[in-house]
Amino acid sequence: MGMFGDPAVWLPFVFAALMGLSILIYVVLDGFDLGVGLLFPLATPDEKDRMIASIGPFWDANETWLVLAVGLLLVAFPIAHGTILTALYLPVAIMLTGLILRGVAFEFRVKAPTSHKERWNWAFFAGSAMTSVSQGFMLGMYIMGLQFTWATIAFALLTSVFLTVGYSFIGATWLIGKTEDKLQRKSVEWAKGGIWGIILGIGAISLASPLTSARIWDKWLSWPEVFVLSPLPIISVLLIAGLWYGLRRLPAEGDKGAWLPFSGTIALFVLAFGGLAYSFYPYVVPEKMTIYEAASAPESLFIILIGTCFVLPAILLYTALAYIVFRGKATELRYD
Amino acid sequence: METLLLSRIQFAANISFHILFPTITIALGWVLLFFKVRFQTTGDQKWMDAYGFWVKIFALSFALGVVSGITMSFQFGTNWPGFMEIVGNIAGPLLAYEIMTAFFLEAVFLGIMLFGFSRVPGWLHTGATFLVAFGTTMSAFWIIVLNSWMHTPQGFEMRDGVAHATDWMEIIFNPSMPYRFFHMLIASFLTVSFLIAGISAFRWLIGGRTSGVRAAMKTSVYAAALLIPVQILVGDLHGLNTLEHQPAKVAAMEGNWETDTNVPLLLFAIPDEEARENRMEVGIPNLASIILTHKADGEVPGLNDFVTEDGEVLHPRVAPVFWSFRVMIGTGVLMLLMSWSVSIMMLRKRTVDGVRKRAGVEGIPKFALYGLVAMSFSGWLATLAGWYTTEIGRQPWLVQGVMTTEMAVADVPAAMVLSTLIGYLAIYAVLLVAYISVIFFLAKRASDGKSIEARVPQSQKAEAIVAAE
Ligand code: HDD
Ligand code: HEM
Ligand code: HEM
Repeated sequence: MGMFGDPAVWLPFVFAALMGLSILIYVVLDGFDLGVGLLFPLATPDEKDRMIASIGPFWDANETWLVLAVGLLLVAFPIAHGTILTALYLPVAIMLTGLILRGVAFEFRVKAPTSHKERWNWAFFAGSAMTSVSQGFMLGMYIMGLQFTWATIAFALLTSVFLTVGYSFIGATWLIGKTEDKLQRKSVEWAKGGIWGIILGIGAISLASPLTSARIWDKWLSWPEVFVLSPLPIISVLLIAGLWYGLRRLPAEGDKGAWLPFSGTIALFVLAFGGLAYSFYPYVVPEKMTIYEAASAPESLFIILIGTCFVLPAILLYTALAYIVFRGKATELRYD
Repeated sequence: METLLLSRIQFAANISFHILFPTITIALGWVLLFFKVRFQTTGDQKWMDAYGFWVKIFALSFALGVVSGITMSFQFGTNWPGFMEIVGNIAGPLLAYEIMTAFFLEAVFLGIMLFGFSRVPGWLHTGATFLVAFGTTMSAFWIIVLNSWMHTPQGFEMRDGVAHATDWMEIIFNPSMPYRFFHMLIASFLTVSFLIAGISAFRWLIGGRTSGVRAAMKTSVYAAALLIPVQILVGDLHGLNTLEHQPAKVAAMEGNWETDTNVPLLLFAIPDEEARENRMEVGIPNLASIILTHKADGEVPGLNDFVTEDGEVLHPRVAPVFWSFRVMIGTGVLMLLMSWSVSIMMLRKRTVDGVRKRAGVEGIPKFALYGLVAMSFSGWLATLAGWYTTEIGRQPWLVQGVMTTEMAVADVPAAMVLSTLIGYLAIYAVLLVAYISVIFFLAKRASDGKSIEARVPQSQKAEAIVAAE
């Protein structure tokens, strides 16, 4: 181990990076299938089935990234894990309830008697909404340093609205790529209606985090950082402009560019996430506990890392396999 | 009520709900693989019919297992932060390996297994089915390693009040792990066997007498008949292992207050914690000594050995351990009687139209079919009872001899825990009712020969199907 320097320094960093990566993958992947759930009430019964078919083979694996993210927090930063999750006790419980409702609704809506189907459709929407709203709320509270005052709660309520709209947006762009005809045209309209959520959300978080923390202010707005970091906001603005412009020309002849909005949105999520990660590093509990203070014993982290080096590439490979097997426009989901 | 008690009830409720579904998916994955391979090798459609029906139950159970599992993994942080702070260096890597080697495997290949039949080549579909079954078994392996380590910890040292791993082989292959793992795996196969047998009997009774039902019925009843003696043997060995490592638990299981020789096996008793004695004992002389030590005058530990000079009680509450143990054993004995007698009925030879052949499913009389239906979920009962014995029997310890449950509990207001507890209980009750009724609903639909998917109210496709039916 000595070869790479002090393991008590680089191991926590590696694990923070892994955890960040799985949160990012989670937000993108479960983001789009939660978004599809959020758009559910706007669709007709036939369209609902098609929408479910577009995410049916993926949602379970998508959610597993959340389990991995929490798992990494739990195993690599046990003290922080307790502090964060006990502070967010109620929103976590609401999120879990939402995840339960939507996860089971996938199955029950096609298996229960036909007369119950509407109820499970409703549970699917309600579950998706509870999950997105509570995740947005937790994001807001986290940015506010897990301090509960009226002002921070108000901010967290705002982020919960923005994240929910953001998820609906990425969900709509997924549907643009996955569907055709009427539903595709509808999805384009949904995406056009949701883009403001992305703009306001990213804007609000970019303004609020430096204003509430002098440390974050310094990290962004001192020289030469302000110069080195300026491409980040500039690219984001360009991406949003591109999305705005691109959505106006969809759906296009021969289904050209149907995947562009989704790809653009992923890029946007990645940039926003990168900005957040830069703001908070090296803290795992904002302003209170750094990743180095919270890390588990190096021997234990090392054991996990060895496994990760083998398993993570395999996971990425067979996840790719699943996306290849179920590529193309969503067709009816059947067990045969 | 205080936070500790409420958190314990909440944890117990959540894990009891969670374990119901893995218990089904662990074995059902392998059973589906069996159906699929039989179809591939014989080309007989009946195996595909059996597969087609049970894969739907599998998908449903899997979804319930996943969502309740996610709830479990957050509980550590929200309710038991002390657990990871003290033993996180050991529990962490085990949980991480479970997520990486098992959860992703099952979750990704599940999609291909469920919806890929006509999209991928046959070998890839069978391979996906195998990987899902393998993944669920790996899940069970890692979580049982952790749980067993909590019962019989070794391979670590305490530094500044925090456990540090010293030997991973000792941690993984801790003394109770092999017994607990195999006992749990067989429990899962028994649960699934009785579920398949019960639902097949139900379909048979309401007139769905297809060759697919026949194949499922035979497979499940014979599997149960073969496995139950093995389970009883493994259970006995498990008990001996517990006697060595957690004698207080065995004393509670036997309801034995004083360490003694020639201890009877109690069939009935009301343990009285106040008076520290049993009321209304009914027992078989010497049998507990014989089971635990294989000698009529063998010594069995008593609960009074686990009370300190100043009256502190270091053994679990007796009645719940005593009774849940009896529920498990009772269910096991019932499973033995049922699976053997139904097997004999099916194996009997009779002469039909001058040909002598095995009676098969036709040989099972009506009352036995009703019996099978009644025992559809008996595996759940035995499994839960077994886990209650194991887990309550470890109290007041959370990790035997290392940390108590009290040391792990979070400092959240009791009212908050109460509110989430009520929420979870309400959802679980609804889901349990929905799950069981949907299984019977699917069985009924399959017996009526109707397809299960593609039923969208108000859609043109559904109208077309209704018109066709
Ligand atoms: C279908 C399920 C099932 C059946 C029929 C049985 N068991 Fe069991 N038993 C379990 C399912 C189970 C379980 C759920 O899998 C447990 C809980 C934890 C564990 O390792 O296995 C368990 C625990 C458990 C324990 C507690 C171990 C400990 O100290 O932690 C003992 C002593 C036995 N069993 C013994 C038996 C015997 C002698 C049986 C004979 C009838 C039996 N079991 C039937
Ligand atoms: C294998 C993984 C498991 C782990 C890591 C685990 C861990 C724990 C923990 C942390 C507690 C302490 C909290 C409390 O007292 O409630 C506990 C207790 C308990 N567990 Fe488990 N458990 C596991 C499996 C199970 C299963 C499968 C069941 C039942 C189906 C179960 C049933 C219980 C019960 C009933 C208690 C409460 C005991 C009491 O209140 O006296 N456990 N377990
Ligand atoms: C404290 C204890 C436990 C925790 C934290 C836990 C956590 C989880 C999680 C997060 C999942 C979802 C995985 C996914 O996203 O695909 C899951 C599923 C699963 N768990 Fe657990 N679990 C616990 C106890 C157990 C026990 C005792 C067993 C069995 C012996 C078990 C066996 C399984 C299996 C087989 C699955 C996957 C299949 C299914 O969903 O049915 N777990 N668990």
